[in-house]
Amino acid sequence: MLPDRRRAADRPVEPRRRNGLSSPRQGARRVLAFCLACACFASADVRAQDDETPQEKGLRLAQEASARNDGFGDFTAAMTMVLRDRHGRESVRQMRFKVLEVAEDGDKSLFVFDQPRDVQGTALLTHAHINAQDDQWLYLPALKRVKRISAGRRSGSFMGSEFSYEDMSPPEVEEYTYAYLRDEACGDLTCTVTEQVPLDEKSGYSRKVVWQDTGELRTWKMELYDRKGSHLKTLTLENYRQYLDQYWRAGRQTMVNHLTGASTVLEWTDFQFRTNLDDGEFTQTALRRVR
Amino acid sequence: MRLVVALATLAILAAAGTGADVLDWSGDVSVQTRWYPESPAFEGQRAGTAGFVAEPTLYADVGPRASVTFTPLHRYDSADSHRTHTDVREAYLLTHGDWGDNAWELRVGVDRVFWGVAELNNLVDVVNQLDLVEHPRDRPKLGQPMVHLTVSGDWGIAESFLLPYHRNRTFPGRAGRLRAGRPIEEDALYESGAEERHVDFAVRFSHAVGALDFGLTGFVGTSREPFFVAGAPSAPPSARDARWIPYYEQIRQFGIDAQLTTEGWLYKVEAIRREGARNLLGREEDYHASIVGLERSLYGLFGTGADLTLLAEWHYDDRGHRATSVWQNDLFIAGFLAFNDVRGTEFVAGILSDLRHDYRALNMELKRRLSDSWSARVETIATLSADPRDLTYDGRRDSFVGVGLTLSF
Repeated sequence: MLPDRRRAADRPVEPRRRNGLSSPRQGARRVLAFCLACACFASADVRAQDDETPQEKGLRLAQEASARNDGFGDFTAAMTMVLRDRHGRESVRQMRFKVLEVAEDGDKSLFVFDQPRDVQGTALLTHAHINAQDDQWLYLPALKRVKRISAGRRSGSFMGSEFSYEDMSPPEVEEYTYAYLRDEACGDLTCTVTEQVPLDEKSGYSRKVVWQDTGELRTWKMELYDRKGSHLKTLTLENYRQYLDQYWRAGRQTMVNHLTGASTVLEWTDFQFRTNLDDGEFTQTALRRVR
Repeated sequence: MRLVVALATLAILAAAGTGADVLDWSGDVSVQTRWYPESPAFEGQRAGTAGFVAEPTLYADVGPRASVTFTPLHRYDSADSHRTHTDVREAYLLTHGDWGDNAWELRVGVDRVFWGVAELNNLVDVVNQLDLVEHPRDRPKLGQPMVHLTVSGDWGIAESFLLPYHRNRTFPGRAGRLRAGRPIEEDALYESGAEERHVDFAVRFSHAVGALDFGLTGFVGTSREPFFVAGAPSAPPSARDARWIPYYEQIRQFGIDAQLTTEGWLYKVEAIRREGARNLLGREEDYHASIVGLERSLYGLFGTGADLTLLAEWHYDDRGHRATSVWQNDLFIAGFLAFNDVRGTEFVAGILSDLRHDYRALNMELKRRLSDSWSARVETIATLSADPRDLTYDGRRDSFVGVGLTLSF
C-alpha cells in the first residue's frame, strides 16, 4: 500500500540526485539537446533542481508534462470502447472525438457517438475551463435538442463504462496538488511516481498515484483512490505513438475496477493532428449539424 | 409538401449519382403495442392496439460544406386509421460557411426545430406542428417546410425562419384512444384567406453567457394550436355525430426561455405573450403563459454508479379557466434514474397535478438496451383522478400500458 497523503507530504525530501543540473543555463542547453536528439532517454530526470520539496518536484513534473503537450493545436480521433463486466460479458461503444486547444483556458472538445445504435448521433460538447466549472452541452438527435447540462457529474460513469467523465477529460495542472513519491522501474523505463490530490470537491477521487516515465513524461499507470481512500480503479496506458515528432498519445487505455471486477478498454485510432479545426466547430450551432 | 419531397428525392439521387463521399442510412424501426385496461368512454374506441413505426434517415454529403438529409416516417396502427400515417420529418439541404468572424448556416426544406428548456411542454416552441397521434408525452413534431438561416458569432446566435406552409395537427380517429369526445375533422379552417399557404416568419436570438443560456423568440403567422369550432357533418346530419373542426388563427407570439446551470441545480424559465388567439369561450384574448422549472441531479447515488435527476415544473396560463391549454395551472414532478450500466437502463416516474382542478396523472417508463441494436421500453400513463371541468376529461378512461421493441441501425 502507498502511504497516505499526509505522510507522503511529511516524508523527508528525497536525497538530491547527483546527476541533476543546477544551473539554469545548463538546463536550457540540456533541453535543447533533448529536442535535437528527440528520442533521448539519457538521463533519469528532467531539470531536477536542488532543494526541491516533493510537492515542488511533483508540480514541476506535472507542469513539464503539460508544457510538452502545449501547442498541439487540434486533433481528431476515433475511439472504440469495450466494456467487460465481471462475468466477461462484452459491450461495445464507438465514438469520434475532436479537440481544439484554447490558449489560456481549457480545451474545447466534442464526442459524437456512433454505437450503440440507439444513441447514434448523440453528441457531447465541452468547453473546459481552468479553475472554473466547465460548460457542457448535450445534443439529442431524436428531439433535435441542444441541452445545457451541469458539468457537476464529474464522477459519473461515461457511457456506462469504468471511465468517469473526469477520467475522460484532460487534466489541468492547476486542478491538483502534487507530491513526488519515488522513482521506480516500469518495464524498460524508469518512472517517477507522483501523488496527485484533486482540489475539486466534486472529484470522485481522494487521490491518484501516477507513474510517468522520466524521459518523455508519458503516463503509464494511474491508481485511483475513491473518497473513502480505497483503491477503486487502476488505469494502464499502452501503445504510445508520437505525432508531429512531439505529441505522445496512448493507443490503448485499460481501466479495471477493483471493487466490481469490471473493466473497460479504450482503443484510440486515426489520430490526425492540426486538421485546421476552428472555434466554429465547437459551438451550439455546429452541435446541431453533427453527424 | 409533395414538391418538397420530390426535390429532396432528386437532390439525394443527384448526390448518389455524383458519388457523394458519405452516403449513409441510419434510423429506427419499432414494434409497439398498447393496452387500455378501462372500458372506453366513447363508442368505437378499442381496448388495445399494435403496430410498427419506421423512421429511417438517409444522409449524403453533396459538397465540402453541404449535405442532404431525408427522414420519412411511417406508422401503422391496427386500431386507429388516423394514427396510421406517413410524414416527412426531414428533407433538407444544409450548407454552411464563414462570414468574417461569424459563421452562417442555411437549411432549405423540411426540418424540425426545438426551442425551449422545459421537459413536459415547451411554450416557446412554435415552429413545428405537433404530431399528436404519436405519443401523448413525447410529443414528436411533424416536419415543417422552411428556409432557416443562422448567423452566429461571439455575440450569440441569430436565426430567421421563413415558413411557407402550415401543417395541420394530427388527431386520433374514431377508434383511437386519448381523443376528444367528438371526432375531429381532418380539413381545417383558417383565419387567413391564404389558408395553409400563409407565409409565417419566426426569429430567435440565443446566447450562452457563463452559466446562463437564454433565447428570445418571435413568431408571426398561423397558430400551430387550433381552436375548435362545432361543425355539422356533411351527411347524415345527426346531432350525435357532430364534429369539431380545427380553426387556425393568425397570431403573434413573443417568447423568452432561459436556463441557469449551476453545479448542482438547473433553473429554467419559459414565458410567452400570445396575441390573436381565441380563448376557450371563443373570444380573442391576448395572454401570457409561463413555465418555471428546477432540476437537481444527484450523482453516484448510494455509492452506486446511478444518477438521479429530480425535476419540478410549474406550468401556468393567465387565462385560467378560459385557457385552451391543458396546463393552465399544473405542477409536474418527476424523477429520472439513470443506472449508468452497460445496458443503459433508465427509469422515469412523473406525476402531473392540476392545481386548480382535481386532475392527476402518473407517468412511468423503463428503458433498457437489449443488445447493441435492440432496445425495449415499457411505459404507462395512468389517470389517477379526473375532473369534468378539466380539458383532460375526455381521456379519463385512457390509462394505458405500452410496450415497444426498437431496432436501431
